[in-house]
Amino acid sequence: MEPNKIPCRQAFTEKLLELAKNDPQIIAVTSDARGSVTLNKFADTLPQQFIEVGIAEQNAIGVSAGLALSGKKPFVCGPACFYSARSYEQVKVDVAYSKTNVKIIGVSGGVSYGALGSTHHSLNDIAVMRVLPDMTVLLPCDNYQTRKMTEMLTRHAGPVFVRMGRGAVPDVYTDHHPEFTIGKANMLKDGNDLTIIGTGETVYHCLQAGKELEQVGIKTRVIDMHTIKPLDKEIIEKAALETGKIITVEEHHVFGGLGSAVAEFVSQNCPVPIKILGFPDENAEHGNSKELFRYYGIDTEGIVKETKEFLTAKALRK
Amino acid sequence: MYQKIVNLENKAIEIRKRLLKMIHEAGGGHTGGTLSSVDILVALYFHTMNYKPENPDWPERDRFILSKGHSVEGYYCTLAEAGFFPKEILGTYGKFQSILAGHPTRKVPGVEINSGALGHGLSVGVGMALAAKMDNRKSRIFVLMGDGEQGEGSIMEAANSAGHYKLDNLVAIIDRNFLQISGPTEKVMSLESLRARWEAYNWHVEETDGNNLNTLTLLFDSLPKETGKPHLIIAKTTKGKGVSFIENRAEWHHKVPNAQELGQAVEELNRNIKV
Repeated sequence: MEPNKIPCRQAFTEKLLELAKNDPQIIAVTSDARGSVTLNKFADTLPQQFIEVGIAEQNAIGVSAGLALSGKKPFVCGPACFYSARSYEQVKVDVAYSKTNVKIIGVSGGVSYGALGSTHHSLNDIAVMRVLPDMTVLLPCDNYQTRKMTEMLTRHAGPVFVRMGRGAVPDVYTDHHPEFTIGKANMLKDGNDLTIIGTGETVYHCLQAGKELEQVGIKTRVIDMHTIKPLDKEIIEKAALETGKIITVEEHHVFGGLGSAVAEFVSQNCPVPIKILGFPDENAEHGNSKELFRYYGIDTEGIVKETKEFLTAKALRK
Repeated sequence: MYQKIVNLENKAIEIRKRLLKMIHEAGGGHTGGTLSSVDILVALYFHTMNYKPENPDWPERDRFILSKGHSVEGYYCTLAEAGFFPKEILGTYGKFQSILAGHPTRKVPGVEINSGALGHGLSVGVGMALAAKMDNRKSRIFVLMGDGEQGEGSIMEAANSAGHYKLDNLVAIIDRNFLQISGPTEKVMSLESLRARWEAYNWHVEETDGNNLNTLTLLFDSLPKETGKPHLIIAKTTKGKGVSFIENRAEWHHKVPNAQELGQAVEELNRNIKV
């Protein structure tokens, strides 16, 4: 499928602007990233609900906490790589620990910035965010889901980290899909041979892989785990019991992220073999998202190949 | 007026006695820095700030942020004295499952934000000051920082933004006691240019005696001195203020008074009570 022309970050800002017009408590905060986030129109249309702090991520998070404590609904928006690292202590103390109603919108996450290298990659953001008590961690997978999620976030109180990508991605959903519910994953395709769980931009590839495997008689179950925390344990347990094997696919290191979250739950509650696909313990190569997804085996082709191998693999060592 | 100041001074003495007892009983605390900041807290809570202890979330209230979160004992005593929670709770300080931890949290009525990691409070204050402006509220935001804390770069990010947004409803105070955990501030990391650096960020800067309730209250009464500018008060204080053998000694940053020292300190403080 051809990608539509609207990246998730733009779907987010369009929706946020629409909602903010009727809700003066919604405030967009950014750290010289209005272009990267696509907040220009928001800033022009609602200047009184837009706060620029310049290149100062720590201040952006702290200011957002102060706004939230005064009854505002701040959405602090900037590159995921910086909010998950440069301002991490502010996220930990001023947002998570203080339980402030701050929505941290990390754009251009994962390897979206491709050729810009590891300073701009955020391949550990899921890991660092999900270890904070009271932090919710979300990864929408397409522009439809991003809009639904944004709408939900304006009604949800509490600390949330959202990671989304930079480029336009193929649609997984349509306008008619159900509401976005935190902690309630979506099963996109049923099957009992094996479960493939994706999050964010890998969900499309998981679904495509599931369809291709269907052609050769392999019936996979495909799950969109848009909420990494709190994890939808029910859907995972069901998948483990009914399909016996789980593959997770994420644009993140193979430790600390989606795969780890699933493995932590499965190994202690419904143990079945798990394979975690993602980026290894090295600084990723430079290249565009497509090249990197292929190189590290998290695109459709890679998932198909790994699924076949995993299905035929002998039982794990006793 | 004179009697009012005397009353405040006596209140500060009672708070100093109480906090020393708390630190002694808990077996831990930040003695020097909390003693130096008591008069600032007393001036703010019992003279300057508007708040309703029975309704801590009253939107129109003035807000106080203890950015130097380790100076918590005097803060707890002040909040209890102001009526935010019963004074008996002070006896649980530092104990298992007490709401009164070694750094303030929002579990404590009257506390606006969890603190303890340095260099955070001013940014939160900037957010609150911006929100007050947006809502046309008269609320003022007071942020108390340490002088050693000025080493944190994030404070400069916050200072820059406060000047940029002309937040004249924001008052930052530096408890300038010239000592930090490792020794004299000027030896650890120079602060001589304090006034110049804040003025460069478009702040109005005042210096005052931070242990003098008369000058402190007069200064707070006179704010804002300039419209369109956030205000910084460099409050010169004595670390360990009020107890001669604690004053100006770096080791008392977090030294705990033993029973004999506590008795001696209380006796000395009692001598300063005016009738």
